[in-house]
Amino acid sequence: MTKPVTLDDKDFGAGGEPISQKGESLWQDSLRRLVRNRAAVIGGSIILILLIGALFANSIAPYPFAEQTLVDQNKVPQWILNMFPTMKPYAQLSSDYLLGADYVGRDLFSRILFGARVSLTVAFIGPIISLIIGVTYGSISGYFGGKLDNLMMRIVDVLYAFPSLLFIILLLAFFRSTFARPDPGSFTYGISQLDAATGGLLFIFIGIGLTAWETMARLTRGQVLSVREKEYIEAARTLGARDTRIMFKHILPNVVGPLVVAETLAIPGYISTEAFLSFIGIGVNPPTPSWGSMISDGAQVIRTYPNQAVFPALALAITMFAFNFLGDGLRDALDPRLRGTQ
Amino acid sequence: MGRFIIRRLLYMVVVILVVSFITFGLMHAVPGGPFDAEKALPPDIIKNLEKRYHLDEPLVMQYLRYLNAVFIPQFSSEGLTGDVEDDSLVNIKITDTFWIKWMNFGPTFSSRSRTVNDIFRQQLPISVQLGLNALFVALILGIPLGIISALKQNTIFDYLSMSIAIFGVSVPVIVLGPLMIWIFAVTLKWVPATGWGAQPPYVLGVFPSDLGWKYWEKALMPSIALGLGSSAIIARLTRASLLQVIREDYIRTARAKGVKESMVIVRHALKNSMIPVVTILGPMIAALVTGTFVTELTFGIPGMGKYFVTSITNRDYPVIMGTILLYAVFLVVANLLVDIMYAFLDPRIRYD
Repeated sequence: MTKPVTLDDKDFGAGGEPISQKGESLWQDSLRRLVRNRAAVIGGSIILILLIGALFANSIAPYPFAEQTLVDQNKVPQWILNMFPTMKPYAQLSSDYLLGADYVGRDLFSRILFGARVSLTVAFIGPIISLIIGVTYGSISGYFGGKLDNLMMRIVDVLYAFPSLLFIILLLAFFRSTFARPDPGSFTYGISQLDAATGGLLFIFIGIGLTAWETMARLTRGQVLSVREKEYIEAARTLGARDTRIMFKHILPNVVGPLVVAETLAIPGYISTEAFLSFIGIGVNPPTPSWGSMISDGAQVIRTYPNQAVFPALALAITMFAFNFLGDGLRDALDPRLRGTQ
Repeated sequence: MGRFIIRRLLYMVVVILVVSFITFGLMHAVPGGPFDAEKALPPDIIKNLEKRYHLDEPLVMQYLRYLNAVFIPQFSSEGLTGDVEDDSLVNIKITDTFWIKWMNFGPTFSSRSRTVNDIFRQQLPISVQLGLNALFVALILGIPLGIISALKQNTIFDYLSMSIAIFGVSVPVIVLGPLMIWIFAVTLKWVPATGWGAQPPYVLGVFPSDLGWKYWEKALMPSIALGLGSSAIIARLTRASLLQVIREDYIRTARAKGVKESMVIVRHALKNSMIPVVTILGPMIAALVTGTFVTELTFGIPGMGKYFVTSITNRDYPVIMGTILLYAVFLVVANLLVDIMYAFLDPRIRYD
């Protein structure tokens, strides 16, 4: 006869008390670690401030982003003149604009504030699109395995060979001209209206989404492959759980950590892709301000009015810093084994 | 190993075919043609132009014609003729009247007398130089920074190196470009703001013939701007991997045997810690290759970037196809080379 299983003192802490009254979930534990990481907290706070600034841009910004005051072209306030003394001989002073006015007399500060809307939208929608496509694709491929997996991964391999930035440019040209002059009432008309309403962002999302999901699909597949063989999956299957239940209830929650980290670390890439597309003039539709198009406009006059390129550039750099800090912090928090090595 | 390489090369052909197919399809699905202008041309002229460039044929024919011209080596009785229809990138002379020609990317639509190969010959070397410079910057900055911060972990050197690294990852070229131009070209006047210092003819078709200050005064800034981001990634990876390696048992053994510390680091630790760094080189080269586009447009460098962007707005089909195909081949070959290098560095890896 086997001995009945009993719990004795050695299963508990020193005083016979349970070590922890209540188990802490992975997420609570991670959140605690994240809050202790100073860089991540700073990054998160910057993003929060930007988010508030972007959401309430209408009330915070002193001017509408498209308001042109032609007589105020390139005017700068005194403190900018002190910062960039080379401008002294020719610059016209005006204290109406915090960071100066651009080449058609639009307030730079207001435009930077509204520009945050574009960058932050990309920062939040980009990962969602790439997660939805990538996770669906990768988990189907990893879960069912075999020939299907092989085929699906070969497709990803082929797409990997595309030079992604060139492909996005081609895709944007394709979308823009396909939906250029649609008949009112048709499906294409709806799409083009939606794109116009978002200031041209819709097609950028589709372009980024169509090229960014492949990494996510590979990562998901790898994770699913390793979790699929675990005993608790076998147990669930023995109990009669269906594929969808196993997928959503048992596999996905266990693979989501690395995916979230990878997506957060990919955000700066999405932001800079949008900025670059706007920089070369195929991004958001003017006059919607994007930091990329502002840097491009500013770069034209960088010899005479450096403030017009420097401030949007700083805004873009600070945002990317913030997301990088947050991403690093998230990785350390969700995967403590990596801490100290990465 | 040999079988692995052959299999990968065959696979590469399939990948390139699929890439060409998707690009061709997408390109022709875009409404509008190469000869649409503000002022519409008379229909007869358009008809003639389309006939000349075979645009009046069915798409399948056009696609096959293109594949044949680019991928299948052709035999010819003469070498370079200067004819825009007959300009191949590779011309091999067998005898005076027997030439093998390969990779005819066709004429451009935007210029009557230029071929896509002309663009490749004149503009591509500039992009390649920029990319190689940037890779060089990435390695020469990234590896030492990573080593220093790993060996002096949690000291001021470590924090400083890692701050440089996070700066590099966070600041994209379109930010760094204007800032560098403003600081080094406009304010300090050390270097010119835009342009490129190398002129054809290039050594081996790619490298600048004169590597003096005339070249570097224009090449230095864009190369650093492009390479900094990658150097940051390399620095962080080197640090992480070296930190892991110096805790291994064989390092302790080497130290216990009394091997000099410098020897332990160079012989035992560094060599093994470079393996993850090599794995990242594939994606990194891909990032640098497409990154040259961004850098060229930021610094006004006459490389492939400008041609590609204008070719898309002009519907210049052969330029679009040629550029995407060439870059795709480049990416696939770079990945293959990295895989091979990987096997050499880590003998445990076997591909067969």
